[in-house]
Amino acid sequence: MPVNHNLPVRTFSVVTGLFGLFALLSFSIRKGHIEQDAPTGHDSLMIVKDSAASVKAFLEVYNVLMSPRCMNCHPSGDVPLQGDDNHLHTMLPQRGKDGKGVYAMKCANCHQPTNTPGEHTPPGNPNWHLPPADMKMVFQGKTPHELAKQIMDPAQNGNKTPQQLLEHAHDGLVVAAWNPGEGRTLPPMTHDAFVKAWTTWLKTGGFAPQANP
Amino acid sequence: MIRLTVNQKTHKVDVDPDMPLLWVIRDIIGLTGTKYGCGVAQCGACVVHLNGEAVRSCVTKVSRAANQKIVTIEGLSLHNDHPLQQAWAEIDVPQCGYCQSGQLMSAAVLLKENPQPDDAAIDAAMSGNLCRCGTYPRIRKAIHRAAELQQEAGKKPF
Ligand code: FES
Ligand code: FES
Repeated sequence: MPVNHNLPVRTFSVVTGLFGLFALLSFSIRKGHIEQDAPTGHDSLMIVKDSAASVKAFLEVYNVLMSPRCMNCHPSGDVPLQGDDNHLHTMLPQRGKDGKGVYAMKCANCHQPTNTPGEHTPPGNPNWHLPPADMKMVFQGKTPHELAKQIMDPAQNGNKTPQQLLEHAHDGLVVAAWNPGEGRTLPPMTHDAFVKAWTTWLKTGGFAPQANP
Repeated sequence: MIRLTVNQKTHKVDVDPDMPLLWVIRDIIGLTGTKYGCGVAQCGACVVHLNGEAVRSCVTKVSRAANQKIVTIEGLSLHNDHPLQQAWAEIDVPQCGYCQSGQLMSAAVLLKENPQPDDAAIDAAMSGNLCRCGTYPRIRKAIHRAAELQQEAGKKPF
């Protein structure tokens, strides 16, 4: 299996604060393991590299990320998508700089903190948005290889460390995919199963499937 | 009791917190300039300002507006003289008029955030407001005119 991703290995402890936004993370090394303490009580990241298991887990993750509930807000253009056929969102709302829309067409003008009852009504979340313009995190059109590389790259993943990626499976907007409002299909596995695949992928090294298998 | 400020006036309303803000504005407070079109955030007839944002009041629960500032078409200006209202009258924008309060409330957010919008900005801001009478070309023209009026008057954007 090709090794497409290597976590930085340090033989000393580092404590760093990122713009005051992220909790302090401590790293230490033990014989081939990299341990990163979870600041929020979620699982902590202990990496035991296993590229075969990692790639297998990512392919499950990929099926979820490419499902409409995830991909529709990770479009290749600047207009979100809708429906199981990933058509452009009616009314063509624009991403905007911060991912929250523009002018009179901001996401939260229609998307409330909770789902609006009934079919064909706006799904809701207190933090509804697309990725921002300077970090588009596109899923649409990405191969498993491309998407895995992108997610592991802090320059393309919203500056997330592997520990933060691990926790991201529990992010409110991620979890919202499993409560999409009436009449919408769910991702192809349960959230628990997704967390398991996601965690396995990261804990086995976050390997990317081959570019041309 | 839910407290909300509508057009700078404080109201206390005894309603289900899940009631759409549109119902409260029209049926409880009695301001009927804001219209009901679709009820599912698809048309823009019900747009009001919630803390300056052009929310769709048909899907906005009144609980979201509690202790917040609402502006409806009746409160867009004191004497119906917002540059947009002047331009709308000058260019005779409305046909049946049903969509127009929503159009104006959306356009007002555009002009506040972009005092000299080009056509692309107008499209981006107004693409969620439908007009069954097809007054879109006049709406576009009137927004450009309102931008001029606003600039001529040296007014701070509303
Ligand atoms: S009535 Fe609210 S958007 Fe149509
Ligand atoms: S003027 Fe009739 S719907 Fe717009």
